Amino acid sequence: MVPLYWYVLLSAALFTIGVVGVLSRRNVFIVLMSIELMLNAANINMVAFSHYLQNLTGQIFVIFIITVAAAEAAVALAIIILLARNRGSVHVDEFNLMKG
Amino acid sequence: MLKYALIPLLPFAGFLIAGLFGKYLKERAAYAAVAGVAGSFILSVSAFIDVLGGTIIDENLYSWFAIGNLTVNVGFQIDQLTAVMLLVVTTLSTLIHIYSVGYMHGDKGYARFFAYLELFTFFMLVLVMANNFVLMFVGWEGVGLCSYLLIGFWYEKKSASDAGIKAFVVNRVGDFGFLLGMFLIFLTFGTLDFTDVFAALSGPAAAQSYMLLGAEIGVMTLISLLLFVGAMGKSAQLPLYVWLPDAMEGPTPVSALIHAATMVTAGVFMVARCAPIFSLSPTAMTTVAIVGGLTAVFAATIGLVQNDIKRVIAYSTISQLGYMFLGLGVGAFAAGIFHLTTHAFFKGLLFLASGSVIHALSGEQDMQKMGGLKRKIKVTHGVFLVGSLALAGIFPFAGFFSKDEILWSAHNAGEVGRVLWMLGVFGAFLTAFYSFRLIYLTFYGKSRIDHEVEHHVHESPKVMTIPLVILAFFAITIGWIGMPGAIIPHANLFGDFLAPVFPVLEHGVANHGLERWLMVFSVMVALAGIRLAYSLYVKNTSMPDRLARSFKGTYNLLLNKYKVDEVYNFIFVDGLVHRLARFLYNITDVKIIDGAVNGIAGMIRRTSEGSRKVQTGFVQEYAFVMGLGLVVLMGLYYVLK
Amino acid sequence: MLHKAIFIYFAAVCIGSALLMITRRNPVHSVLFMLLLFFHIAGLFVLLNAEFLAAVQLIVYAGAILILYLFVVMLLNVDRESAAPRANRYWPWLTLFGLLISAEISFLVLRGSFPADAGQQPMTLAVGSVRDLGIELYTKYLVPFEIASVILLVGLVGAVMLAKKIKD
Repeated sequence: MVPLYWYVLLSAALFTIGVVGVLSRRNVFIVLMSIELMLNAANINMVAFSHYLQNLTGQIFVIFIITVAAAEAAVALAIIILLARNRGSVHVDEFNLMKG
Repeated sequence: MLKYALIPLLPFAGFLIAGLFGKYLKERAAYAAVAGVAGSFILSVSAFIDVLGGTIIDENLYSWFAIGNLTVNVGFQIDQLTAVMLLVVTTLSTLIHIYSVGYMHGDKGYARFFAYLELFTFFMLVLVMANNFVLMFVGWEGVGLCSYLLIGFWYEKKSASDAGIKAFVVNRVGDFGFLLGMFLIFLTFGTLDFTDVFAALSGPAAAQSYMLLGAEIGVMTLISLLLFVGAMGKSAQLPLYVWLPDAMEGPTPVSALIHAATMVTAGVFMVARCAPIFSLSPTAMTTVAIVGGLTAVFAATIGLVQNDIKRVIAYSTISQLGYMFLGLGVGAFAAGIFHLTTHAFFKGLLFLASGSVIHALSGEQDMQKMGGLKRKIKVTHGVFLVGSLALAGIFPFAGFFSKDEILWSAHNAGEVGRVLWMLGVFGAFLTAFYSFRLIYLTFYGKSRIDHEVEHHVHESPKVMTIPLVILAFFAITIGWIGMPGAIIPHANLFGDFLAPVFPVLEHGVANHGLERWLMVFSVMVALAGIRLAYSLYVKNTSMPDRLARSFKGTYNLLLNKYKVDEVYNFIFVDGLVHRLARFLYNITDVKIIDGAVNGIAGMIRRTSEGSRKVQTGFVQEYAFVMGLGLVVLMGLYYVLK
Repeated sequence: MLHKAIFIYFAAVCIGSALLMITRRNPVHSVLFMLLLFFHIAGLFVLLNAEFLAAVQLIVYAGAILILYLFVVMLLNVDRESAAPRANRYWPWLTLFGLLISAEISFLVLRGSFPADAGQQPMTLAVGSVRDLGIELYTKYLVPFEIASVILLVGLVGAVMLAKKIKD
């Protein structure tokens, strides 16, 4: 059988890759997909613990996370369409209207 | 309990309706207001019947706050004293509300007026129903606030807003005393509930004493005197009476309700409520009696020569309040409250009737420009006469019974009492004189009214005269409930009703023969005052001017109200306040407070100018900082675990 | 042993495709690698007896969300300037930062107190079944479930409101 911590380490690796993607990429699509990646890393954790603790709550939470991710993707893509339409760019480092 | 809680809450509901929706309701706001007080009146009657049946309420509604070992509850106590006050307050308030419907008709602050009046009624009811000092103080300050708002009701008039401020500031001096008294009560007994404090009076705590200025003063004396300072402010006694005459700048119904019938008697009520405390200190009792007696005569002398119709009645109010304190001071608490009750009716009547006169004369208040009104406004004349007879203490009008009971108690109270009795009788003479001077100048003799005004003279509408007639009825009959034993034995219903509340401090034995003679004497004195007024102001009208000329100094001193206002102005307002204010402005305000405020603002500006550079506007940099936080937190967990 | 081999395969493909996903210049390629990643995560779910979630992962994530991404990427089609840098100028430092995070997490996990044999027994069939999940979801988690539906509705309305052209 696979030890629990293997799953946790895998999830940590995927999460970190997601973080680096969010922080370093300029293309807003890839930033968003990196966020999805981070959510998936959390999902793996949830399901792994659910399996090892013999408790269904973890899986229930994954369902909710997927729901929220779907809603988030819908709204985020709408925002991206607006951005591309109004500013002609999908590069995050070109948006700094909030500069102090 | 809900029934009793509704007594103050109904006027409050009326206040909310008239105050919040007055803009939309316009003159209909008065219906809500009258309904509020009328409901409160009906509930008060019911509460009175309950008390008559022996039900004494003393219940806490909820705990307001608790700090350390001080717990303050919102709770009501309805005993015989409160029941009497409830009836007085709600009856007067209802009648005056109805009267105001007519009197304030067409004023642009109509709804606001009723909102204030309702709020006042609410606070007054809280004051009389409170079962602890703090809640009583809430009502006490609340009525002060409403008094300020209503004196300055016509705030565009400078004198009115000045008068409001004066009333507020002078009352503050008294309230300071009340507060200190409350602190001392808490320090001594550790509680502020009436029942607990009065129960602890027989304990060792009450026997403490303090060294003050080299003299040993018992704690009860100190508490009593401090509380009495509060009463002096609220009830306009020497030397804090100066605000009441100026308070006449407010609309006349306000003068009737607040500055004659109810609020100014709050001090009397408070002393009566604290009768168990006061009765432990002979010094304080004597002080109360002397201040009351002196005020009674002092204010009456000023009233002799005033020409403003409302001011005469205002000084008369101060003088009558003096009588009440005189009664309390000689231990006749029930008599003081009895006079409070009768006075509320006949003085409310006099104020409302004078309002009716002013209404008829399109706002004229100077008695030198009145005269001959008897034929033109008959109802007003009739009720005015009844009120003045009651005020002068002529048998069988209300004032006779209550004033006589006070004078008789004073006469029985030792040597000081005998002197105070003489003061009181002299005051009664002055009272009769000035009240009939008022009648003669206003209603009799030749008309001195301006020509333009004369055409418009008219009797007030029914909505004003009916409350007047009702009040006149009470001004005649209300005294009969306190029938002295010298006239009909064992018929003093009022005294018997209140007897359970007050400690017994009766001096001497009942001597009905002597009492009867004293009654006859005081009525004779009053009749002499009326006769003198008649000869001076009806028979021989040039006499007053000649008298004024030959006693020029005295006359001017009285006309200028002993120049007390000027002295206060010189000492306190110009000397103390202005100099202090200048110091506070130049040093504290400009240097310290403004300096601190500007300094902090400047510091924040410099900091934010530096820190705004952090805000690059790039989302990824913000996210990086979040990630950094994650790393640090995990690192901390690693280090600490 | 077989389990471990299968896990290693899935994990390796997951990490590999995730790395490729965040490094591709063309977002369409990234989406495709993401698809690969989601399939393998679904495989991991099957390995963990969560068959229903594996199906949801494929239907919702791979089937709906990723296709939506693909649509939008192709709709906008703005990323044609191939000369522009794909990452911002701090990316080497950020990579180091990521390594630091994963090192920390690994450190804490390895030091952690999971029993070595925690949950080594195979999951009973009943626990992983769709039936049990459904009962749990519609009884104990009914209110959160309803709230989730409201969130979806809000997302739907929000997306429509944002993306529609404002006529004026």
